[in-house]
Amino acid sequence: MRSLLRLLIKNYPFLLFLLLEVISVVFIVNYNSFQRASFLNSSNAVSASIYSWYSGVVQYFRLAKVNSDLTAENADLRNKIDQLEISHMDSVSPVFNNDSTFHYIAARVINNSVNKQQNYITLNKGRKDGVKPDQGIISSKGVIGIITNVSESYSMGLTILNPRWSVSAKLKKSGYYGSLAWNGLDYKRVVLNEIPFHVQLTQGDTVVTSGYSSVFPEGILIGTVETLSRPEGENYYQIQVLLSADFKSVTHVEIIENSKIDEIRNLKRETENAESGN
Amino acid sequence: MQNPVIKYFLMFVTLVAVQVLFLNQIQFSGYINPYIYVLFIMLLPLNAPRYAVLLLSFLIGISIDIFSNTLGIHSFASVFIAYLRPAVIRVITNREEDMSEYPGLAQTGILWFLSYTTIMVGIHHLVLFYIEVFTLNNFFDTFLRAILSSLFSIFVIVLSQFIVFRD
Repeated sequence: MRSLLRLLIKNYPFLLFLLLEVISVVFIVNYNSFQRASFLNSSNAVSASIYSWYSGVVQYFRLAKVNSDLTAENADLRNKIDQLEISHMDSVSPVFNNDSTFHYIAARVINNSVNKQQNYITLNKGRKDGVKPDQGIISSKGVIGIITNVSESYSMGLTILNPRWSVSAKLKKSGYYGSLAWNGLDYKRVVLNEIPFHVQLTQGDTVVTSGYSSVFPEGILIGTVETLSRPEGENYYQIQVLLSADFKSVTHVEIIENSKIDEIRNLKRETENAESGN
Repeated sequence: MQNPVIKYFLMFVTLVAVQVLFLNQIQFSGYINPYIYVLFIMLLPLNAPRYAVLLLSFLIGISIDIFSNTLGIHSFASVFIAYLRPAVIRVITNREEDMSEYPGLAQTGILWFLSYTTIMVGIHHLVLFYIEVFTLNNFFDTFLRAILSSLFSIFVIVLSQFIVFRD
């Protein structure tokens, strides 16, 4: 017994080493459950406020670019208002589609990365602003990501540049949809899967959100088809999509709240229960 | 900066801040992600008890992890090199040399410090990048990223020895 104890004491660095490595591995493997403990990710009070302070300083250097983006978006919105006014003046369509399913919460990006294998974004809006997990994040130029963790006044999400998340996307022209995911190589490009060979496709086709996931409304820009190939022995195209949003310079985003998401989920659950009951 | 506890505490805070507020933000390309907080582990006193080196390495690793949402990855790589540190020092040190307590560049000489940095940073980055992708697919792609990032980290660490952390 004493010699065993002496052996343990003699080898304590190795045992401590093993212990710490095992803790690390447990962290890595159980990543998602630990991420939910919000003090262990960047939406916790200390790191979020440091990031918030820091981005407040750095933001000044980007103001020119932000201004021009906002101006462009303003112009775009004004055009849309004009078109809407014209179509309403004509009043051909008696049914005014008052689609208030989606609400938007403007937020500022306080931390973001593009060069990791799993990229995350931290925003300065949290629970008290109505942000909840599983809400979509978009910028004026296109889809950014999805909220995963929310603290009192900050929130954190995955971006498209994270293999842990894929978004349901469709080709605007033909309406065929597939899933869009990042392959970890280039922060400007993602891969669109599950588009069968018989679909007519050309370079430059627009890829938008499909609206099937209830996270994003239909038709939000994601990017354009850059290259496409037909791999031998497969049924689906290999499509590279050039993202329209510039993840390196994103500073202002909007969080999309789907006010009917609980209703949709309940419906889904009821359907599944009914099926399993039969 | 006479008190070593204060000195190492300041070094810890500075390196974590530089890492998460500056180096994690610059993003040259997908290939170069320098991690210079390794310097903290390297510069711990050579006669420090091993449990202290291991625990402090875990602490700096987990701090970086919390800021960059990569729980476990940096702590794993940090503890790994902390454990190998005495062996690395044994390998590159001649018997005759009298090692000072603090393994900074000024105390140990450029050649010794450069080989020390290269080995420690190289092992750390290789472990880190393979754990980060958690797969051996794209083996050479990951390898290339680890090597390029190591070169940059080594450069920054050696440079830092001429500017700060001199004592």
